[in-house]
Amino acid sequence: MALLNKKDSKLILDPLADNNPITIQVLGICSALAITAELKASVVMALSVLFVLSVGNVVISLLRNIIPSKIRIIVQLVVVAALVIIVDQVLKAFAYELSKTLSVFVGLIITNCIIMGRFEAFALGNGPKKAFFDGIGNALGYGIILVIVGFFRELLGSGTLFGFKVLGDPVTKTGLYSLGYENNGFMIIPPAALIVVGIIIWVQRSRNRVLIEEA
Amino acid sequence: MKDKLHQLKLKYQGKKMAPAFNALHTFLYTPNETTHSGAHVRGADDLKRTMNTVIMALIPCLLFGMFNAGYQHYSAINGFPENFSLVNDFLTWDNFLIGITTVLPLVIVSYGIGLGIEFLFAVIKGHEVEEGYLVTGMLVPLIVPVDTPLWMLAIAVAFGVVIGKEVFGGTGMNILNPALTIRAFLFFAYPTWMSGDKVWVHGAVERAGTADAISGETILGSLAQGSDYSYSLSDMFYGFIPGSVGETSTFLILLGGLFLIFSKIASWRIMVSAVIGSMAMGLIFNGIVDAGWLPEYSKFHTLMSFPYWQHLLVGGLAFGIVFMATDPVTGSQTNKGKWIYGFLIGFLSVMIRVFNPGYPEGVFLAILLMNVFAPTIDHYVVRGNIKKRLKRLKTATIYPKASDEVDSLKTETA
Repeated sequence: MALLNKKDSKLILDPLADNNPITIQVLGICSALAITAELKASVVMALSVLFVLSVGNVVISLLRNIIPSKIRIIVQLVVVAALVIIVDQVLKAFAYELSKTLSVFVGLIITNCIIMGRFEAFALGNGPKKAFFDGIGNALGYGIILVIVGFFRELLGSGTLFGFKVLGDPVTKTGLYSLGYENNGFMIIPPAALIVVGIIIWVQRSRNRVLIEEA
Repeated sequence: MKDKLHQLKLKYQGKKMAPAFNALHTFLYTPNETTHSGAHVRGADDLKRTMNTVIMALIPCLLFGMFNAGYQHYSAINGFPENFSLVNDFLTWDNFLIGITTVLPLVIVSYGIGLGIEFLFAVIKGHEVEEGYLVTGMLVPLIVPVDTPLWMLAIAVAFGVVIGKEVFGGTGMNILNPALTIRAFLFFAYPTWMSGDKVWVHGAVERAGTADAISGETILGSLAQGSDYSYSLSDMFYGFIPGSVGETSTFLILLGGLFLIFSKIASWRIMVSAVIGSMAMGLIFNGIVDAGWLPEYSKFHTLMSFPYWQHLLVGGLAFGIVFMATDPVTGSQTNKGKWIYGFLIGFLSVMIRVFNPGYPEGVFLAILLMNVFAPTIDHYVVRGNIKKRLKRLKTATIYPKASDEVDSLKTETA
């Protein structure tokens, strides 16, 4: 017996590629541009969103029949805010340096459109199990793009991955740097993330032409 | 050779590599296919000829740039000659040798990578190769410092051609000038190679820190630091100053510009309005200084008191105005739009120069910015024209001709 039936696995796998929240729905771009200069920050951000979105989806789904629809946005905000504060405090306690790098963007998970979007579009109309899978799927879809962007930006911009100097040392000129290679300062600044995301979108749509919108 | 190519062409027809082959073929020879019937519009200036005319206007700048590369190199080592003579000090084989060994690789890399990508995209997309890169490929080596590492140039060219042009649909569809996209990429990616006092003179980077260290700061660079420069006005005008490869000689750029205007390739409106714009901004700054509103110790004082018309002689302003701003694809299309577009390019270039010490040269940023706004300018010019005409129609009294029926007249004016 498979662990997940077909419908559930579709909930998780769809947002990874063909219905990706960043590249297809173009949500959550703001944080994707801001914090992807380092791979480590990307991974932590992806994990934070994974936690907030999966737990939040379950909570909203459980409450869906008792939330008056007039104030549902406020209820959703309270749930996200509570979860984000938990993430923020955990980061401050166990990874203080990293939480400084991520700075305001952890708090801004509250305004990440992916989260409110999934609450509205999915959790309010489906049971907790499905909502949980949907949350995981969308957060992973978001995270995978963040990690790809972070990988290229850190590798080309700083010559490191997770802080390890994979291309050699730029100061003492070892490895690739002894050949005259230099880091690409352009990859550090946020516009580069926009271009990398754009290239991902380009590659994805030219591989799967169904995704191209009618002009 | 020619016949062989024709035979080969037939053989490759309909195959995957056909576009790449056809491009090479038409580049070398006139194709042997002609239309046999019917009347056609015959234009002497196809895209290829347009491109070649611009390249002809650029060749003097390129040659001058080669000599200047050597001249700056030797002058930085031996000191500037006391009694400068054009033939003995500038047009020497030594200078040319330095120039050809440093500048020619830039040209080859620029064309090699750029055309390679164009061919690749033509084969993938199955369309004909367009000649758009011919000019870009010549512009690129002229607007970079002489010692730019070739691999950096290669990456920048690849980026500029793919992101600046191909993603929009190739030649004629691009929003941004590809050559300037390449320059901007280089500037933001490798700022240490694009500014400072080491990159403008060949060999200065290698010698840095040794006893033989040499350096040459551009005039704008010196001004931005508030220090003085030792070049005379005629040096600036004829271009015996450090700078990017081909943009130092305002004199040759002026000749090229006149050539482009008389061959009706480039728009004189854009050039003239850009010159007016830069002078206007320069005059405002000079006026502020003359009125005594700016204290001596201000960091903008040196640049703002720089005589307004000399802005055209230093840096890449003249080159940008003549060869970059007039790009027919990325500039404004309407006549009124061209005046606005050009004026703002000149205006913003001088403003960026003066106010932003991080970017000693603002021309490429100003042109790229106005590239983005060009369609908007055109849109409002066209809208304005439609409005004017509608108004004229409304106020016009139309006298019915005797033969006209009243009904048909009503439908026409409604």
